[in-house]
Amino acid sequence: MQFAVIISVMATQQKSGYLSSLKKGLSKTKSALAGGMDKIIFKAKKVDESLMIDKLEELLISADLGVKFTLQVLNDLRKDIKERKIKESREIKDFLKEKISGMLTKKNAEILCRNDSPHTVMVVGVNGSGKTTTIGKLAYQYSCEDKKVLLAAGDTFRAAAIKQLQIWAERTCSDFISHQDGADPSAVVFDSMKAAKARGKDILIIDTAGRLHTNTNLMEQLKKIKRVICKEMEDGPHEILLIMDATTGQNGLSQAKMFHEALHLTGIVLTKLDSTSKGGIVVQIIDELKVPVKYIGIGEGLEDLKVFNPEEFANALF
Amino acid sequence: MFKNLSDRLEPILKKLKGRGKLNEENIRESLREIRIALLEADVNFKIVKGFIARIADKAVGSEVMESLTPGHQVVKIVHEELIHLLGSESSQITFSRQPPTIILMVGLQGSGKTTSAAKLAKKLKDEGEKPFLVPADVYRPAAIEQLNILGEKLDAEVFATNEQKDPVKICRNACAEAIEKGLNPIIIDTAGRLHVDEKLMKELKNIKVEIEPHEILLVADAMTGQEAVNIAQSFDNSLGIDGIILTKMDGDARGGAALSIREITGKPIKFIGVGEKLEALEAFHPDRLASRILGMGDVLSLIEKAKSTVSNDSAEDLYKKIKKDTFSLEDFKNQLAQIKKMGPLDKLMGMLPGMKGLKNIKIDDKAIVRTEAIINSMTSKERLKHQIINGNRKKRIAKGSGTHVSDVNRLLKQFVQSKKMMNKFSKMNLKNGLGMQR
Repeated sequence: MQFAVIISVMATQQKSGYLSSLKKGLSKTKSALAGGMDKIIFKAKKVDESLMIDKLEELLISADLGVKFTLQVLNDLRKDIKERKIKESREIKDFLKEKISGMLTKKNAEILCRNDSPHTVMVVGVNGSGKTTTIGKLAYQYSCEDKKVLLAAGDTFRAAAIKQLQIWAERTCSDFISHQDGADPSAVVFDSMKAAKARGKDILIIDTAGRLHTNTNLMEQLKKIKRVICKEMEDGPHEILLIMDATTGQNGLSQAKMFHEALHLTGIVLTKLDSTSKGGIVVQIIDELKVPVKYIGIGEGLEDLKVFNPEEFANALF
Repeated sequence: MFKNLSDRLEPILKKLKGRGKLNEENIRESLREIRIALLEADVNFKIVKGFIARIADKAVGSEVMESLTPGHQVVKIVHEELIHLLGSESSQITFSRQPPTIILMVGLQGSGKTTSAAKLAKKLKDEGEKPFLVPADVYRPAAIEQLNILGEKLDAEVFATNEQKDPVKICRNACAEAIEKGLNPIIIDTAGRLHVDEKLMKELKNIKVEIEPHEILLVADAMTGQEAVNIAQSFDNSLGIDGIILTKMDGDARGGAALSIREITGKPIKFIGVGEKLEALEAFHPDRLASRILGMGDVLSLIEKAKSTVSNDSAEDLYKKIKKDTFSLEDFKNQLAQIKKMGPLDKLMGMLPGMKGLKNIKIDDKAIVRTEAIINSMTSKERLKHQIINGNRKKRIAKGSGTHVSDVNRLLKQFVQSKKMMNKFSKMNLKNGLGMQR
């Protein structure tokens, strides 16, 4: 089992190792922000309020943290400066880091891993956010833990989506259930649940077609899929993960809200964090919806999925 | 829930409209609101800065002083500035004088390159061209197959990439084949890549040098945040893009990315993707988007849609029928079929001015299907003369269409109502009013 996984990884992946790729990914995020931060703050030792706050505002907004959120944070900062809690410009960095990592930590929940099997994970998101790739990485991770994984091809709409998932299933030595193109995704899910039980699988990961959160009919279809799972399995699905592109702007909040309303998400996976995007929108999402970020995607390789670490994320921001 | 840029600007501008005279202070307040609205819409902060400065420049000063209604003046300035920012003309694919024209699609992963390539092929095919789709994404699993399936769906030729692994070679071979087969234009779908990935950006440069494409189109997601500027600039700097396709515009993204990308590259947004279907690619009209942003609706797009789906003959025919008051349930059914062709109902609603408040009402496209079923269950006599439909007939129709008598009643009521409304419209000259005839 392990061998097969390793071989398939070698075949598909000649990139550098897990740790170095994480560092590589995050360092881009870090340099974009921290570079700017240091430039602003260490230029002057003393706090030059108005100029600095203007600059900080631009910095936070450019990280997609959102204008409302930014103004709120900066208001708090201003208060602290007034009350002379902050005297030196260097302290500002700590203030912001603490503020944001505090928010992320408070709301971050542990990754559920219950014993009842199959542990069922439903993966949803807008078009092109990286659902199928993330499923491949997840399947790989579980396979490495010696878990038996089944992938369900719930995206019956997009051309070649089934094939794409099948290739990931082969690469990760997972089982694979699919119907033909255009089939009812709920039926695929139903079959895959039966199969997962019958074959004694530990993990069932369900792919769904990408859909814009504003498309009511397609959101109803997702609810139906969830109902089918609930019917078959009392406490299922154990995870409903929203996959979100880190380059997403303020629309990310709207996305998360509507998917959460429809399905009650258990977590978010932030993908494509290996670009220069900061993924700052998740700070607002965590703050407003209390839905934790569980994983981050930092590359195209099988092992480029990492458990989200709030402190690390906040540190990378500042 | 977030407010749309247009929703956001509307009350601000109303506030301005409501005031007799503008002073620097209340302009400032409005500018602040406009600034927040633009930032919330993901317009890049640098661009917002410039935008606000230009508005302030124009608003505070002689122009306003000379104007009798300062509020209107500001609205006009914001609108003009938005159009200015979005580019002042709508542009299309520029065809090379010597065919084939080569179009290269580039962009980040998941921005919608493959789908857009197919949509573009469909559009050009409908215009009488013979497009050649070239799958050059050798990295993403099943990407080649995806384009093959899409090509088959729209009956366009797709280059047989097969086992070839070198995108540069694929492009070169495909171009040779296109010339041989007399296909034009060539639309090349490349792999998604991050703009910071030097290796893959180099690969694109190599493709560019090899085949010298006439149009390099950057495919960008309308939901992109502040990063849009960096993405667009990187691609433009390394490749020199010719235009932009903005995808996923059918969501509730406020599309500030459009303003950012346009401003930073100076390149035109040529098309927008507005849905999952292969027809869902529209020409980009800066003036219309600016109007939409300002809450003026998008009537022009609707008219264009009507034009492309309703043939002049049938419009003329309909006009006569309404005039003579012989508009029947059969005609009603044909109308529904045409509306269906124009796209999802809720999208059509969004284009109408004054319908913004109805945006959250769910409009079920299946209602059309149900209505058609009811009419199909009627005899031809009943369709021509709806007055003869009595209780018994209603029961039979409901049974035949799998609906209830109440549904049949509702349909008849709707039909009578629309007949009345059409009569009214016809007095206002329906032909020109609906723009169905040139």
